[in-house]
Amino acid sequence: MRNIFTIAGREIRSYFVSPIAYVVLTGFLLLGGWFFFNLLARFNMLLTIYSAQQNPQVLERLNLNEFVVAPLLHNLSIILVILVPVITMRSLAEEKKAGTYELLLTSPLHIWEIVLGKFLGAFLFIAIMVATTGVYALILVFYGNPEPGVILAGYFGLLLLATSFVAIGLLTSSVTENQIIAAVSCLVTLLLLYIIAWPADSAGETMGAILKYMSLTEHFAQMVKGVIDTKDLVYFGTVIVLALFLTHRSVESIRWR
Amino acid sequence: MLEVRNLTKRYGDIAAVRDISFSATQGQILGFLGPNGAGKTTTMRILTGFLPATSGTAKVAGFDVFTESAEVRRRIGYLPENPPLYTEMTAESYLRFVARIKGMARNTIEDAVDRVIETCGLESVRRRLLGQLSKGYRQRAGLAQALIHDPPVLVLDEPTIGLDPIQIREIRALVQKLAGERTIILSTHILPEVSQICEKVVIINEGQVVLEQDMASLKASGTLEDVFLRVIAKAHDANHAHTVEASVV
Repeated sequence: MRNIFTIAGREIRSYFVSPIAYVVLTGFLLLGGWFFFNLLARFNMLLTIYSAQQNPQVLERLNLNEFVVAPLLHNLSIILVILVPVITMRSLAEEKKAGTYELLLTSPLHIWEIVLGKFLGAFLFIAIMVATTGVYALILVFYGNPEPGVILAGYFGLLLLATSFVAIGLLTSSVTENQIIAAVSCLVTLLLLYIIAWPADSAGETMGAILKYMSLTEHFAQMVKGVIDTKDLVYFGTVIVLALFLTHRSVESIRWR
Repeated sequence: MLEVRNLTKRYGDIAAVRDISFSATQGQILGFLGPNGAGKTTTMRILTGFLPATSGTAKVAGFDVFTESAEVRRRIGYLPENPPLYTEMTAESYLRFVARIKGMARNTIEDAVDRVIETCGLESVRRRLLGQLSKGYRQRAGLAQALIHDPPVLVLDEPTIGLDPIQIREIRALVQKLAGERTIILSTHILPEVSQICEKVVIINEGQVVLEQDMASLKASGTLEDVFLRVIAKAHDANHAHTVEASVV
């Protein structure tokens, strides 16, 4: 346990001494802020139009959760698809390149301690990233009347989604010593999982259901709606555990060759 | 203290190391020599538990490298050819990190860090980033890392490569100082260095041991350089003759 925290601690510190962390955080907040501002402006416009038309039924259906928070979370999830690979690409690939991999593997550490330490470090960074966007939700709660429960469920979903991304990023970083390859293969995997359900409607019943089940977006969308279902939690849990398991095998594979 | 028996490492069809055996006793400095590509680094990586061997055994401090890998890794200090440094860390925090992952008790870490910083002459750079240090200081930081948990066995893969003559002398003096109770395996291309500090010499060529001899008896048959060139040439001829024979058959 102690070793996991040692490695995670070093990892998170190394993120913050390199400019990557600040560039990624700034970019994430900049884009997030831009989305938030525009969604809010659009909401405000709709509110003005429907108030002028004195259409109470439509006004009833206009709410912050559906018109601001949900699209904001979906947009943030797409930015994470692009930014998480940049965060995780270094984790193991750079160690291999710099030779510090030899230090880790010749120390009395278990491989799962290395993998979990790396995972925890990247997870903490992503958690900080997601948490900073919580300021948008706070603004809404402070000045408007959204449903906090739904927002919390959505943010929990975003965190789970990001954690799955991190686990996949760790896996792609473990198979290469080239950071670009690690980042690109992570990005491609995440995008594929993101859009894999596109042909679901025309793919026949069974195949459609399978594609939908595999899609990250489907499960995430449920949580954004405020529904925390065991089925979705199991899905994210499976992705994370499977990716970490494969990372473990990949790191261990040096001992088979 | 250190015993290598019939160690073989294959990558597919190519054998990096073929059936090598040698040993070193406690407190001995063993010079591990051979041309580039002879299999020195591979052997050292096997001894330190980084790579598995295809066959054969190796024992370090009484523990088997393959079945008791964790015990071996606890007792071995390893300086790879490129010092394994995190360039964004300071010398001090790096050594603290290494001490922790080597499994040292929390209350002994600070003393150990101070000790190796003093031993390796890193006082003036202890708060500097490793990435900003000169080659010589990086090498010392790498050595400090290998020493931090006070291991009974030290494996040093070309610790003087790329250093200037003064730094080479400093590292040599340091290695000599470190010997004492420790067993040290030192791989290098600088032969005078070996004749000065090593008590035993193992020369490997194309993955095979071509010489294992005590320094004292070796010196009787000429300088180390002569001996080195002679055994390598002999091994080369033998291997060459072998291939000719094989192609005739």
